Amino acid sequence: MEYVVEVQNLNKGYKEIKAVDGVDFKVKKGEIFGFLGPNGAGKTTTVRMLTGIIKPDSGKAYILGYDIQKEPLKAKEHLGVVPETSNAYVDLSAWQNLILTSDLYGVPKKDAVKRANDLLKEFDLYGRKDDKVKGFSKGMKQRLILAMALINDPQLLFLDEPTSGLDVQSSILIRQMLIKLHEKGKTILLTTHNLEEANKLCERIAIINKGKIAAIDTPENLKKMIKKLNTIEVTFDGPVNIQELSQLPEIQDISKKGDKYSLNTENINNLILTLTEYSKSKNIKINSLNTLDPSLEEVFIELIERG
Amino acid sequence: MANIYFGQLKRSLAIMRKDILIYYLKGPVIIFGILIPLFLFLAFLTGSKNLSTDFLISGLIAMTMLFTATSVSPVITPWESQMNTLERLMTYPISIYTLILGDIMASVLFGALITLVPVIIGLIIGVNIIHPIILIIGIILASLCFSALGLLMATPPTNAPSNVMMISSLIKFPLVFISGIFIPLESMPFWGKAIASFSPLTYFTDLTRYSLGNGSYYPILLDFAVIILFTVIFFALAVKIHKKTLPMRI
Repeated sequence: MEYVVEVQNLNKGYKEIKAVDGVDFKVKKGEIFGFLGPNGAGKTTTVRMLTGIIKPDSGKAYILGYDIQKEPLKAKEHLGVVPETSNAYVDLSAWQNLILTSDLYGVPKKDAVKRANDLLKEFDLYGRKDDKVKGFSKGMKQRLILAMALINDPQLLFLDEPTSGLDVQSSILIRQMLIKLHEKGKTILLTTHNLEEANKLCERIAIINKGKIAAIDTPENLKKMIKKLNTIEVTFDGPVNIQELSQLPEIQDISKKGDKYSLNTENINNLILTLTEYSKSKNIKINSLNTLDPSLEEVFIELIERG
Repeated sequence: MANIYFGQLKRSLAIMRKDILIYYLKGPVIIFGILIPLFLFLAFLTGSKNLSTDFLISGLIAMTMLFTATSVSPVITPWESQMNTLERLMTYPISIYTLILGDIMASVLFGALITLVPVIIGLIIGVNIIHPIILIIGIILASLCFSALGLLMATPPTNAPSNVMMISSLIKFPLVFISGIFIPLESMPFWGKAIASFSPLTYFTDLTRYSLGNGSYYPILLDFAVIILFTVIFFALAVKIHKKTLPMRI
């Protein structure tokens, strides 16, 4: 099976609002697929339809080859899900939560006990396994929720904002875990607001806006999609008059960030030559000079504004 | 196919264990389950001294069953929704039947076990149980019936347990007064008997009276049949409505 998620013309509306409007995409086996979009873009609604929580108004979704509407139980057997707003049972211990989850997935007892022990160790929760979850920090709860989603050794993971609002240590641990899972061949569909996270982790990204897919590609290809002025970041070994610098030919826009000058131009070659001449004429040295690619954030903003 | 059903039944048992651990094994829940019918009973007892102990204890058994089997089951779903555990539950490979059956099984255990308390009180104060098997079967069937009623009460798509508590009180208290607990069915006017016939509690009260040696108003088989019929109706309606309203809670 080449694609583990196949979405065809998925639609969902709430009263007069079209939350998801004809969404189509495919997720390849073994890839980390990012799902990006602003609040209210339809990300969570799409994920809820793909995980069988809500029904679409029209369209199809095949999860691991199963039609999620016709055979939800078969599809769900092999899924791990971390919903956006989910919680473990706070009156149960971490261990009880994991064993309950394994029972609900139908994992044999022996396997469940071994996996629960391994996951608690991997997520640095083993020392607190018998403590009630109500005493856990947000980061610990989220690590436990991810461990619960892995107890059935799923082939496909849906993670909706898994690191949102977490402490740095928990975020790093979760990201490291996702990389490990990817190395083991698991497919991950990651919904996130965090562009840097998507950029680092995802092999392909879908940007969704107003219920529609605005673009799907690799992070690098997405960055090439937008027509953007070239940017040069330059530092000098002495003070420079920014007014004077802005008068130079080829510079369309200038800003100062710390000791760096960020210069936008349409012709990067001419600007570098101009800067060299300028530094000679002022008898100052160029300390560093970098050409900058557009960031994923800029791509995101441009695509959202276009939509 | 049998494997699938067996697998789902095992998952219902997991839901049942979860409910017991989280919702039922709490001191206040158990005490509240016993106290409400007991206080209702005592209030009634002080105002009616002409009725026999057998009649009063059978009424207490029936009230305890109604109040315990419908005490927690209606609030589990809104509570799970409010605590953000419902969405996760809906991602597991379990059907709505499995989920509801698990909730019902926990409620049946709680309802049946707490109802043994007034039975024991009756035995201590000298009440004779003439037909213990009928009473045991009646308690099991009635706890199933009222637990299914509790799940039906849980269907309005609200995430506030207090809203469901209000709805459930609006149903439970009138049931107590129309079901022959305080006034024997024989003494009711025709319209009273007609209204009582629509309450499943009437048939359980009738069964309990029979078990404790007071004659039954309806034939015993009819009592059993109607309780089973109400159970099937409540369960089917609960499943049908929950299918519609569960996604609305997310």
